[in-house]
Amino acid sequence: MTDIFGLLKGKPEDPDYKKKGVIVQGITGAYGSLHAHNMIAYGTNVVAGVTPGKGGQKFEDSVPIYNTMQEAVNATNAKISIVFVPAKFFLAAAKEALEAGIKLLVAIPEHVPIRDTMEALDLANKKGAVIIGPNTPGIMIPELIKIGIMPAMPFKAGNVAVLSKSGTLLYEISDALTNSGFGQSITIGIGGDPINGTRLIDAFEMVKDIPTLEGLVIVGEIGGDSEEMLAQKIIDSGFKKPAVAYIAGRAAPKEKRMGHAGAIVMGTYGSAESKVSMFNKANIPVAKRPAEVPVLLAGKIEKSD
Amino acid sequence: MQLLEFQAKELFREYGINLLESISSTNIEEGRKHAKQLGYPFVIKIQVPVGGRGKAGGIQKCQNDDEFELKYPQVMDLTIKGEKARAILLEKMADIKKELYLSLFLNRSKRCYTIIASAEGGVEIESVKNQIIKEVGLGDVSDEVAKEVAKEMGLQGKTADGFIDTLKKLSKLTIEKEAELAEINPLAIMQDDTVMALDGKFVTDDNSNFRHPELQKYQEKTEIEEQAEKSGFSLVELDGDIAVVGNGAGLVMSTLDMLSDNGGKPACFLDVGGGATTESVYEALTLISKIKRVKGILVNLYGGIVKTTVVAEAFLKAYEDNLIDLPVFARLKGTESDKAKKMLEGSRTKIYSSVEEAINAAVMGKKK
Repeated sequence: MTDIFGLLKGKPEDPDYKKKGVIVQGITGAYGSLHAHNMIAYGTNVVAGVTPGKGGQKFEDSVPIYNTMQEAVNATNAKISIVFVPAKFFLAAAKEALEAGIKLLVAIPEHVPIRDTMEALDLANKKGAVIIGPNTPGIMIPELIKIGIMPAMPFKAGNVAVLSKSGTLLYEISDALTNSGFGQSITIGIGGDPINGTRLIDAFEMVKDIPTLEGLVIVGEIGGDSEEMLAQKIIDSGFKKPAVAYIAGRAAPKEKRMGHAGAIVMGTYGSAESKVSMFNKANIPVAKRPAEVPVLLAGKIEKSD
Repeated sequence: MQLLEFQAKELFREYGINLLESISSTNIEEGRKHAKQLGYPFVIKIQVPVGGRGKAGGIQKCQNDDEFELKYPQVMDLTIKGEKARAILLEKMADIKKELYLSLFLNRSKRCYTIIASAEGGVEIESVKNQIIKEVGLGDVSDEVAKEVAKEMGLQGKTADGFIDTLKKLSKLTIEKEAELAEINPLAIMQDDTVMALDGKFVTDDNSNFRHPELQKYQEKTEIEEQAEKSGFSLVELDGDIAVVGNGAGLVMSTLDMLSDNGGKPACFLDVGGGATTESVYEALTLISKIKRVKGILVNLYGGIVKTTVVAEAFLKAYEDNLIDLPVFARLKGTESDKAKKMLEGSRTKIYSSVEEAINAAVMGKKK
């Protein structure tokens, strides 16, 4: 099982406790540089960037750029990377990172072919590494570390874990939680693709034993059956903390891809009804609108007190 | 993309999977020629990207010219689950002993391909009994696994050989064309114990399209959907009258849900992507202006770092350029929203602080 807090935060005795190094792959691209800048501004310890052919230069006069991941890892000993390369180059970038010893790879690109994701995942499994994404907004511990493209504004440190397939809904719902006094211990973007490096059940494993956890928020959407699997897992594991879900796509037509590659109902596979009924079975209320999430969570917390 | 039956069968044929003789056409003149070529009796099959064709009358037996003249136009004019005929397939009649089910399917939660097979096929997958399920990683089916499946299905001799051969070919096709689903239902055992694919469903991974120029001809998109793709948006046309625009697939889906809950009918799903700029919002309004049934536009933008004034500029420009004369109901989350509200005073765009308010206003205030 992945010790995600060990990776993102470390232990008090670590020399890099609360300042774990992050390498940005594709740091000189428009998207990569914008978000490298924003991550640094948030306090993330960006220790290196990688862009082939630009080795020796510096990003914003401070972050060294290397030609390869191996060089960047050798120089920094970082275990985390975030990938901003175009989708068709994702597999090569991921392989390079995993071969160089990266243990947590955050895959931002949208439109990565499924087969490439599966191959990258295969290698990650062999190397004992974790992939978040692709097509994810990223992962963050609010007020400590942000590895992703999410705006800083909606998030606040606290004790609710938020797992989400969608990016903007993660911001929207975290914003609503924050405004209701529920800060977040961690937020994990699963991604909107059919195949996720970290599935909802894997993300649940990462957060379920946080000692200070007060609540769990699951933001799902139509497509696949990872919400159903998670609901079953919550039933089987006897998880007793207050949990609330939201499912987007109830009104979407069948057999149509709704923006995300993974958001498609095929026959009955992936339907909102199936997900809602499994959450009901797990005694997890499903909000009708994003704004209802904190209200339901407050209700659950009150009951559990 | 999802292929039609005749397109899936073109690929099956290319990979050597046994098929009955069949020809596709898009009008009755072509169809008549094919009828002569094929000879009676044959089956007329509507080509639509949805299941349940048989029940809807989209598959008809045809014995002679008179029946052909009657049934071809009938089938061509059908609408099944909202889908009109893309083509008509004429296919030789089969003398079947038994119907099997076979598919290779990307199991998303297990993150591997899965063989599903059954000796009791010919019905929709949800009703297929005694399913044999085998996980096969990235989709490669070994001789051993193929033999095992045939054995578990109780197939023997020539039929087992034919089944194993079909499964291996389907596996090669799935891998090479990067399919999410390759289904043969029914896979028929003929009177002479050979095995034949009587139907075909094939769904490929859109994200791998760039590696498959050979599949490009199967791409089916409306003109507006195509333009949206060029702008980096995703757009799905729906049949209501309120256009729904937002940033991020999840947020737009959520807006669609809430609009429907409040009695509104969405005209389209339009995701302009993570960010929002004057240009992207203007481009989105341009696309919507081409959808004639739209009577109002509902905009839901969550921009952590987006300036709402930038978005307001796009609305103002769209009215100035006479691009739209429709009311816009916008919920803009971001910075400078007071300033944006001021800018839009007196225009036909109203800004609301919550999405619920914007939705109610859209349902009540769309163009009559």
